[in-house]
Amino acid sequence: MIPEDLKYTRDHEWVKMEGGEAVIGITEHAQKELGDITFVELPETGADVSKGDGFATIESVKAASDVYAPVSGKVSAVNEELESSPELINRYPYGQGWICKINVDGDPGAEGLMDAEAYAQFLEENEQ
Amino acid sequence: MSVCSENLKKTALYGKHIEAGARMVAFTGWCMPVQYSGIIEEHLHTRQKAGLFDICHMGEFYVSGPSSRADLDRLLTPCMARLEEGKGRYGFMLNGNGGIIDDLIVFRTGEEEYLLVVNAGRVEADKRWIRRHLSEGSEFKDSSDETAKLDLQGPASPGILSEVIGSEEVKRTGRFCFSRVSMEGVPVMVSRTGYTGEDGFELFFPVEHAGVLWERFMSFDDVRPVGLGARATLRMEKGLSLYGNDIDEEHTPLEAGLARFVCMEKDFTGREALLSSEPEIRLTGFVCEGRRAARKGYNVIVNGSEAGEVTSGGFSPSLRKGIGFCYINREFSAPGQVITLIDAKGKVEIRAEIKAFPLI
Repeated sequence: MIPEDLKYTRDHEWVKMEGGEAVIGITEHAQKELGDITFVELPETGADVSKGDGFATIESVKAASDVYAPVSGKVSAVNEELESSPELINRYPYGQGWICKINVDGDPGAEGLMDAEAYAQFLEENEQ
Repeated sequence: MSVCSENLKKTALYGKHIEAGARMVAFTGWCMPVQYSGIIEEHLHTRQKAGLFDICHMGEFYVSGPSSRADLDRLLTPCMARLEEGKGRYGFMLNGNGGIIDDLIVFRTGEEEYLLVVNAGRVEADKRWIRRHLSEGSEFKDSSDETAKLDLQGPASPGILSEVIGSEEVKRTGRFCFSRVSMEGVPVMVSRTGYTGEDGFELFFPVEHAGVLWERFMSFDDVRPVGLGARATLRMEKGLSLYGNDIDEEHTPLEAGLARFVCMEKDFTGREALLSSEPEIRLTGFVCEGRRAARKGYNVIVNGSEAGEVTSGGFSPSLRKGIGFCYINREFSAPGQVITLIDAKGKVEIRAEIKAFPLI
């Protein structure tokens, strides 16, 4: 199930625009690939991030991987619950497992972001 | 999955893994299941009940003949004179420098016959070394391709095995002993050994019966299949070394803290080197401050200076913290020593404390 109201990156992050604020997380596909998530390094609130930057790290039992910023702006909130319960990302990747919010600089720019249908197709192409 | 389409070997249970929804990965030339339901769940299930592992990739060699005992005494670190028929010992095969060519279990399967169970990734290297050093009175046979190996591990495994072969047989099979039994009409060598730190068994039998015995054990409610991911976290928590990570040809059993598996009262390849060297580094465990785990290759820092290197690392499902193994300068190897673990890029910094094995 790929939520219709979100936008997606090729690195399997999702973005939900709420006014000038972008909520960011990783997709169901990404959490499944990572397996049991054991630790999340969150960005600092107030930090400036540029689109494409590795701004958070997610560790699973097997390995560590970076999360890339899908938009540019200032981090306005982080999901502190992940510090003690990183498995929320496994369980609710599109809900309680959100990672952070970014106050977007100007136009968020849909460049490089896919809608649900395009993301579904992207996943299908990469399965093969 | 695509990772398995390249020239990787598949075990006889490949189809069973796919059926069970396993994620497959490449491991020392084999396509192996890394996880089924999830590494943490599989790990905890093995600690609480029983896990079933496909270990068909490991190597099995037979060495037999009138000079087999003397040859193996020279080649391996356990004392063959003390190894009775029906029993096994853990130990090493060393090179002339005392470096570890492989770690293995040697079982005495007959008056003049021994079974060596070796690491999958070392089968070829071991074979070359053994063949070169056997005398004429010994015969070598590589049975790896014909032999299936299943591990049943966890506190529920004696009860489960009792239902299959009877409780008398299970009771008779003490730690590091083996029995020859029949399961579903299949001749099986079952040893009370394993790589999880739990009570459990390793089963050796002709590979064509792998599917039947897999299904037999899977029919128990308390048994779940467990992949290499949990095998790694299980062995790390109990301080069991992994060849290629924690031990290798560059390190001796003394450096690895495994001298108890070396019988110094006999002559063997590598003995001179062990006697003449004073180890400056030591393999030990560490527990991280929090959930973040250091990984293989991280530097160990003490008082601002480099003092060692991480050889294994990961998340401990039992402690819910990062754990791992490192080689560290001997002076800093005492339990309680505070260390800092830093990745190659210097971006990740983790505080940890040295702990003696086992880590849980």
